[in-house]
Amino acid sequence: MSGPSTYQPTNRAMQWFEKRLPIGGLIHSSFVAYPTPRNLNYWWTFGGILSFMLGVQIITGVVLAMHYTPHIDLAFKSVEAIMRDVNYGWLLRYLHANGAAMFFLAVYIHMFRGLYYGSYKEPREVLWILGVIIYLLMMATGFMGYVLVWGQMSFWAATVITNLFSAIPGVGDTIVTWLWGGYAVGNPTLNRFYSLHYLLPFVIAGVVVLHVWALHVAGQNNPTGIDPKSDKDTVPFTPYATMKDAFGLACFLIFFAWFVFYIPNYLGHADNYIPANPAVTPPEIVPEWYYLPFYAILRSIPNKLLGVCALFGSIGILAFLPWLDTSRVKSGRYRPLFRQFFWLFVIACVGLGWLGTKQPEGIYVILARILTFYYFAFFLIVLPLLGIFEKTKPLPNSISESVLGAKA
Amino acid sequence: MNMNMQRMIFALALAGSLVAIAAPASAEDQVSPPRQKWSFAGPFGKFDEAQLQRGYKIYREVCSNCHSMEMLTFGNLADAGGPGFSEGQAEAVASEYKIKDLDGNGEPTDRPGRLADHFPSPFANELAAKAANGGTAPPDMSTLAKARSYSRGFPWFVFDAFTQYQEQGPDYIAAILNGYVDPPKDFKLPEGGHYNEYFPGHTIAMPPPLQAGQVTFDDGSPQTMQQYSKDVAAFLMWAAEPKLVQRKRTGFQVMIFLIVLTGLLYFTKKKVWSAVH
Repeated sequence: MSGPSTYQPTNRAMQWFEKRLPIGGLIHSSFVAYPTPRNLNYWWTFGGILSFMLGVQIITGVVLAMHYTPHIDLAFKSVEAIMRDVNYGWLLRYLHANGAAMFFLAVYIHMFRGLYYGSYKEPREVLWILGVIIYLLMMATGFMGYVLVWGQMSFWAATVITNLFSAIPGVGDTIVTWLWGGYAVGNPTLNRFYSLHYLLPFVIAGVVVLHVWALHVAGQNNPTGIDPKSDKDTVPFTPYATMKDAFGLACFLIFFAWFVFYIPNYLGHADNYIPANPAVTPPEIVPEWYYLPFYAILRSIPNKLLGVCALFGSIGILAFLPWLDTSRVKSGRYRPLFRQFFWLFVIACVGLGWLGTKQPEGIYVILARILTFYYFAFFLIVLPLLGIFEKTKPLPNSISESVLGAKA
Repeated sequence: MNMNMQRMIFALALAGSLVAIAAPASAEDQVSPPRQKWSFAGPFGKFDEAQLQRGYKIYREVCSNCHSMEMLTFGNLADAGGPGFSEGQAEAVASEYKIKDLDGNGEPTDRPGRLADHFPSPFANELAAKAANGGTAPPDMSTLAKARSYSRGFPWFVFDAFTQYQEQGPDYIAAILNGYVDPPKDFKLPEGGHYNEYFPGHTIAMPPPLQAGQVTFDDGSPQTMQQYSKDVAAFLMWAAEPKLVQRKRTGFQVMIFLIVLTGLLYFTKKKVWSAVH
């Protein structure tokens, strides 16, 4: 993917094969010889972690699908049967449920890293937009997977989220009926969610291939934000990046295992162990933690249509980030003002997440409105203006100079 | 200008966090149940067989009159990591139950239970359960200990991730059983309701189910409400999470493997990178 391959197989059979399908050369140039900036820090290991987590989700998901029954009368029972009667079913299910949370945690770190170091800027705009598409697909997939459990929170989350589309003027109710496959969330809804929950991860995998392709065309960004200028600025992907990624992944797996084996229900909601019951509304309907900031944005706006617009706008706006940020300096390291607004943005996102768990009343609504305003202002006001007014720090001459100091 | 801006941002952030701290507690009207000591808590937690057997006895003699437990089979009583019944004992339990089935001629019949049978429901269907219980069907007990919880609030829920506090459900169940007290004078109890200190909103449909001395323990354990409530809550935790012991034991092995692997990868990475640093 990056220039003509230097891969020369020595084995006769491999030479024969390589002439007919140069896949060895592709792998070699992409994951062995591929030059990576030598100054990548551990925030850059989350790309590899995300690929691994996608694999974990697909493998555990395919096996879970062998035991799951997508029917409103049997779904909850089949999940419990997986937990009780399937060999290591409890492990598969807890890996899959907590794996989704870990996947989102990793993607949020990955996105904030991209934001901090300006990884979306020229020439990586398409790479960034592909990432936004992956994130959107992840949100849809995660939501539908949560519904499959068919507990109380599954059912009511499905009801709340599908009802968002009823805000569309004129055709809203028709669209919702069409989404449900009936006049309420029911068996047709569960069936199509199951079908799509199985389909979308493979769509994600496809877009991930494009994402990695675009990455290998543009080359990786790095903490300085300046392009590699000579061989001194880069190291070969293998063994350098592979070893660093492997160590980062192993640390992440310890964290993951802590949740799976010791606190598997920590991130879940107790109500989802109650079978779905359309006749009983839970006292509070809250989404999984990774949707909470968007839930807070939705509920901070009193008008339903505008709330839904804000919800989708808050994600859609990410796609325009490469053009909203007008600064010519990529890395936050050399942007003192941006850095502060960035951390305020992180605090705003976490704050919105906390507010997503609260009833939208009193002080919580006011706080949610302030933070929602800041969320959008960060993209629409702060970033365009900072590029014009911010006095940035001087950039180093090269990556190797920033790593080794003046002696290089 | 730069310094001023920095101060302003800092002041804004500080003000935001102060408002957040001063925000009123959530409107939920729930009293936190007291924390109990559980043998199955923590990374090396295991169910106490004797406790699960006592808890099962309470379930059998009291709870099961109204509450189903349909995800469990009689055979589960003899599963590893559970109450430690022998297969014969579990079979004996099963045979005490009458299971609805069809005989060889296709006629409905009641036969004695077998190990593979699920615990039968005390009511013929949900409507019957509702009708017999003042309009509210008693919840199934298979997942009850995981389906009940209480809000821990900030910052406690953060600490819970480190201390592995996952026993909100059994704590809550034990508290409910001990929570039947006289209502405050100004409390208006709806008809058919019972006052419970720990139930959200305080009005619970279930009448006090247990009294001290009601269930006889053969192992000499005290026949008090404290003991009863803990034993039955522990039993329900096992019913909801029968693979808990296996999970924690596997987890310890996985952790050791991962920590060793991570250590080896760390030193390998260090060696590989030493040439370019």
